[in-house]
Amino acid sequence: MIGNYPLHLMILVLLWGYIYTSWSLMGRLGLVSFGHGAFMGIGAYTVVMLWNHFGLSPWLGAPAALAFAALVAVVIGYPCFRFKIVGHYFALVTLALSEVARLVIVALRDQTGGSLGATPNSALHGGASAAPGALQFSDKQVWFWIVLAFWLAGLWVWRAVDRSMGRLALQAISEEEEAAASIGIHVTRAKLRITLISALMTCVGGVLYAQYQLYVNPDTVSGIGISLQMVFGAIAGGMFVMLGPTVGAAFTLLLAEGLRLAFGNKYPALDSTLYGAMLVLFIIYMPKGILGAALEALRARTARPMAPRSSSGMPSA
Amino acid sequence: MDVFDIFLMEAILNGLLLGGLLALLSLGLNLIFGVIDVVWICYAELIMCGMYAVYYLHVQYHWPLLAAMAAAVVIVAVLGVILHQFVIRPVLGAEPINQLLVTGGVLFFLQAAATLVFGIEFRNLGVTLPSIRLGEMSFSAARLVAFCVALAGMVGMYLFLSRSYLGTAIRAISQDRAIMPLMGVSPARIFVVASALGGALAGLGACLLVLQYDVHPAIGLSFGPITFLICVMGGLGSMAGGFIAAFVFAQFISVGGFFFHLEWGYVFAFAFFIGMMFWRPQGILGRR
Amino acid sequence: MLSLSKVCAGYSSFQALFDVSVEVGAGEAVAVIGPNGAGKTTLLRVISKLIEATSGEIRMQGASLARVPAHEVVARGIAHVPENRRLFPRLTVEENLRMGAFPRAARKRYAERLKFVYGLFPRLEERRSQPAGTLSGGEQQMCAIGRALMSGPKLLLLDEPSAGLAPVVVQAIFDLVRRICAQGYTVLIVEQNIRQVLKVVGRAYLLEAGRIRLAGNSKEFLDSQEIRKTYLGL
Repeated sequence: MIGNYPLHLMILVLLWGYIYTSWSLMGRLGLVSFGHGAFMGIGAYTVVMLWNHFGLSPWLGAPAALAFAALVAVVIGYPCFRFKIVGHYFALVTLALSEVARLVIVALRDQTGGSLGATPNSALHGGASAAPGALQFSDKQVWFWIVLAFWLAGLWVWRAVDRSMGRLALQAISEEEEAAASIGIHVTRAKLRITLISALMTCVGGVLYAQYQLYVNPDTVSGIGISLQMVFGAIAGGMFVMLGPTVGAAFTLLLAEGLRLAFGNKYPALDSTLYGAMLVLFIIYMPKGILGAALEALRARTARPMAPRSSSGMPSA
Repeated sequence: MDVFDIFLMEAILNGLLLGGLLALLSLGLNLIFGVIDVVWICYAELIMCGMYAVYYLHVQYHWPLLAAMAAAVVIVAVLGVILHQFVIRPVLGAEPINQLLVTGGVLFFLQAAATLVFGIEFRNLGVTLPSIRLGEMSFSAARLVAFCVALAGMVGMYLFLSRSYLGTAIRAISQDRAIMPLMGVSPARIFVVASALGGALAGLGACLLVLQYDVHPAIGLSFGPITFLICVMGGLGSMAGGFIAAFVFAQFISVGGFFFHLEWGYVFAFAFFIGMMFWRPQGILGRR
Repeated sequence: MLSLSKVCAGYSSFQALFDVSVEVGAGEAVAVIGPNGAGKTTLLRVISKLIEATSGEIRMQGASLARVPAHEVVARGIAHVPENRRLFPRLTVEENLRMGAFPRAARKRYAERLKFVYGLFPRLEERRSQPAGTLSGGEQQMCAIGRALMSGPKLLLLDEPSAGLAPVVVQAIFDLVRRICAQGYTVLIVEQNIRQVLKVVGRAYLLEAGRIRLAGNSKEFLDSQEIRKTYLGL
């Protein structure tokens, strides 16, 4: 069937697509979190540590991770939303969160292996290819179906959130808090709910990532780097559209892989330098993301001329 | 624990010295944000570039140390202007998230470019300054020098901002940007000045840091996030607030690191920060 | 000194001025009156180049302002006191005045102009080290006008100086404007307080919905039946 490498890429696209979609649940509300690396790290490290140190199966470790992630989400989210910390402040607070998560992981080096990372003890004894109890499978095809299922679940959650809250309510909360509150939308509670869902989903993503790659490292699952990457991926695809984050995942992954294959061996870090440069250019010239820009182009082609809307304008006289 | 434990006292004083340096770092970031309303997520990476500049000029090209440092300040000031003109300006009208992301992209870019050009090895300036003894406590002279220079830098900035026309304009533009042209001030020009100043402050910080720490491409991650935290806790855009917050944070890091591993100091600082957020969300001297 | 001919201007979604022509001679005090939303503030913003006219000509002392960027208008001798004062709230009174003297030519005369402004507004000198945001409405208006005077302008643009002020204060402000005019400054005032402003200026224009409907000297305006009925409620 499909070779291992392409399968591996598809799994990663779906997995990151799922994670970026989770992020976008908050992003589209204007809650731009630079801290989702914390939730992913919690998911990844909790299951691996509980398995390595206590032999606790990831099936039990995951709920523990989820509980922890939920706690963190509420502790950080509540003051932010209650006191209307938004925009730059919110981004920086969440950025600090992801860094602290990384620092905690490194600080607990005796348990976590610190910057060197950790590997979950193998449950695949004697050439077995599957250990469902330990959530370890050596056959990539199994992982493909698992990740696909979660990816679809993520899209389903997206659609469910959309429907339950209503598009207008979401927009109202993100743009005009006072107006939203005045029509009875309990803004803080709504934001907390979305944050919780987003955090928990990302945490699950971390669990899956750890069990699939069978290696975790504070820099690959937590910290600024991964948090920024999530934001980039979601925005690059277009975070207001359901499939946007997935497109972003595909784009960023294939771009990184392509650059790595082309340049990776000749000059180390040339590929990531080009990647960084492209990201900057992308934000400047395609701020709505690939899907967003495509949809806009489509809309412009088929739209009838509208009456000009009034812009911000100047005071009355 | 005996409160007059001499090593605790040393940690506290070291925290004071660290605070001065962190205050300088946060000054540049606050200046940029206050004037241009943009956060340079890549600020620490600009500092990294400055550190490399000092290293290469002094170690590879054998410039005298002070000349290398002066040049580094200028180089990073220029980098700041380039960053503003080519990366920030195109997104000035866009959503704040785009501005954050674009500087985030520059963060990636600079880290990768530094790895490409300089390699991942840790590089040491090779300048060792003596330790200074005060009773039974010893302090690194590098730390003391950094503290003094940082203080001088801040005083200089304060005088510039309060006494000169340009400085007053910089303070004014953060209060009402739209009417600046009526004063004969071109906001675009002020932005360039602020970018150069922010870069210069980063360059100065780089000179002080390179005396104490080895430089490598990822070093920005060591003090970038903490600088952001300090600025937010002091009130984003408030230079006085950042000043106070820097010393508070430095104490957490120093004393926390004294009792536990170094990283825990940061964790406590962050926990304190979260607590502060419940109490005063806009920061110590921030405005809503 | 200042002449606008057939100026059209607006914002991205609507046009605010239609073929507006206004003349202000040297040393004159002229008012532009009209209801809310007539375009009066837009008119001043077009002169100080905060917005660009879409058509028509604006000349200051014969020279066109067409390609002059907003921040160079002060150097041409035009000082604009914006609507709502727009002081820098956290700068002190004196720092606000200093900002008015930002242009290089103005910096040289800073000390003497500061003395002149404090002479006109002694209350400002008392409060020179106070943050401007803590001043009362009337004091803020004085400070805003003083700030504009620091650049040594030839033409002063005043946008609704009496807006939001108590009647007693309004009286004081208009007295001030009269004194400024007496000093020889050329003044163009935009106002809603028609009765008061017509006592201070020599000529006026009526701006309604972006068009000049009437023009004449103050006495003609005060005598006009239409004005009396529509705007003075008589």
